[in-house]
Amino acid sequence: MTPFSGTDTIIELTYLIATALFVMSLKWMSSPTTARHGVWAGEAGMLLAIIGTLLNRSIVDYKWVAIALVLGTIIGVPLGKVHMTAVPQRTALSHAFGACCVTLVGTAEFYLRAPAVPKFMMSVLSMEVILGSLTFTGSLMAAGKLQEILPQRPITFKGQNIVNLGMLLIAVGIAVFLVFHPDHTYLFPVMLAIPLLFGVMMIIPIGGADMPTVISLLNAYAGLSASAMGFVLDSKLLIVAGALDGASGLILSVNMSKAMNRSFSNVLFGGFGQEQIAKAGKETRSVRSATPEEAAEILSVASKVVIIPGYGMAVAQAQHKVRELYDNLTKRGIDVKFAIHPVAGRMPGHMNVLLAEADIPYDKLLDMDEINGEFPQTDVALVIGANDVTNPAARTDKTSPIFGMPILDVDKAHTVMVIKRSMAAGFAGIDNPLYYLDKTLMLFGDAKGFVGSIVRELSGGGSHG
Amino acid sequence: MKMDLFTSAYVFLLAAFVGLEVIKRVSPLLHTPLMSLTNALDAIAVVGAILLAGEHKTTLSTVLGTIAIVAATSNVVGGFFITDRMLKMFKASRSPKP
Repeated sequence: MTPFSGTDTIIELTYLIATALFVMSLKWMSSPTTARHGVWAGEAGMLLAIIGTLLNRSIVDYKWVAIALVLGTIIGVPLGKVHMTAVPQRTALSHAFGACCVTLVGTAEFYLRAPAVPKFMMSVLSMEVILGSLTFTGSLMAAGKLQEILPQRPITFKGQNIVNLGMLLIAVGIAVFLVFHPDHTYLFPVMLAIPLLFGVMMIIPIGGADMPTVISLLNAYAGLSASAMGFVLDSKLLIVAGALDGASGLILSVNMSKAMNRSFSNVLFGGFGQEQIAKAGKETRSVRSATPEEAAEILSVASKVVIIPGYGMAVAQAQHKVRELYDNLTKRGIDVKFAIHPVAGRMPGHMNVLLAEADIPYDKLLDMDEINGEFPQTDVALVIGANDVTNPAARTDKTSPIFGMPILDVDKAHTVMVIKRSMAAGFAGIDNPLYYLDKTLMLFGDAKGFVGSIVRELSGGGSHG
Repeated sequence: MKMDLFTSAYVFLLAAFVGLEVIKRVSPLLHTPLMSLTNALDAIAVVGAILLAGEHKTTLSTVLGTIAIVAATSNVVGGFFITDRMLKMFKASRSPKP
């Protein structure tokens, strides 16, 4: 160990405190009442670590550092101000930025050390840039799909998995070769380019409903690549921060894959989004439909109502109308709760954020395990823009592609009402037997408009508005 | 720089276990802010980028380091900002409405 100067000790101390603050930050996230302390702890840790780093005497030129910090802040502020509906694409974009930073630093470190790179250093460096670069392009693709710049439909072709797996194997092969022959520096750009392409190819077959899983997975990759960077730079702080981020992404990925009844390995190797091939079954069964007046009447005599929001609610921007409905029913003494499926929306927890933004108290937002036992005592289950997560075929029909997926037991409520644009099948292209039950009423129309009409009826006559 | 592989590996191992235990306790309610918060914390990579750009060893390392600082800083600022905005919105039933 080289002798520490006073400044070095102070720097190391700031890193140590920052590490503790980061762990506390995540600990405080366990409850909504303390969560904001978590943000403050994180900010304090970050500030300390950055100040500590700026004290480092090996920094000879502050000009570019200062310019870059200012520029990053200028870009960061609007990214912090995006609409709540745009949070999934913002998150994907920030995974891309994080991975971009890690990849660039890794690249620079390689060229600073080449041609004599120790074996262990080269192994972690390879891991850093491979994970970083595939996360970079993968996250950009995901953000593009979520922002609807890119086509959202999954694009698949024959042998896709073999091509993708092959690319990854070649990249890993080059990495192994570089570990033993780091003087072949011309191979480094190749090792960088293949995962960049792989990131694109990995997201091409992904459809919208798979996004929560994919975003979580990219989160885990981003964390692991940062941790690898910590190994390269011998920075314990970075190793810890990356490990925490990686652990978070891992837990969310496992949650999401369980909620979609996919095996974890299936998700880990990017094999998702492929089995969703529409069964073009001609449906002749009839459904019962109802008008806003009828729906309002049924709701007004209920004593317990559960609302099931899905991505359709977000698309229609109906959450504020849903809040009006919630207020109106609550004032009548009706018990109103929300049932949130883990994969509802485009990222983990997406629906909770949208409903919280619309001022719905968080203790009314229940996740699947909490609410499922309550459906048999529920008078009305109102489904707004959700489909596959309410499909009882997942419980009963062994031939259904979503068989085994945990669902919200909406069909156990006394009356079911489904707001839907038309009878078109959901994302998975699977027909939903829920719609043909005798107790089910279909409310055809735009989610925002229909909920608005129900609210008008409830507050006395549809004449105004 | 002295590499101590095993110390680093122990740190990673322990941090990963702490992370799994702590994050398991986060309510599904807060999974979106959790993701944006960990994303901001992850941007601590800015520390490595600052050293790279500041040490000014080669033109390549300075340029890459500078771009890396921009990318990471935008995550720090944007990540903490949006996480706090989201968390502010989560209110319990009893609390008075603004």
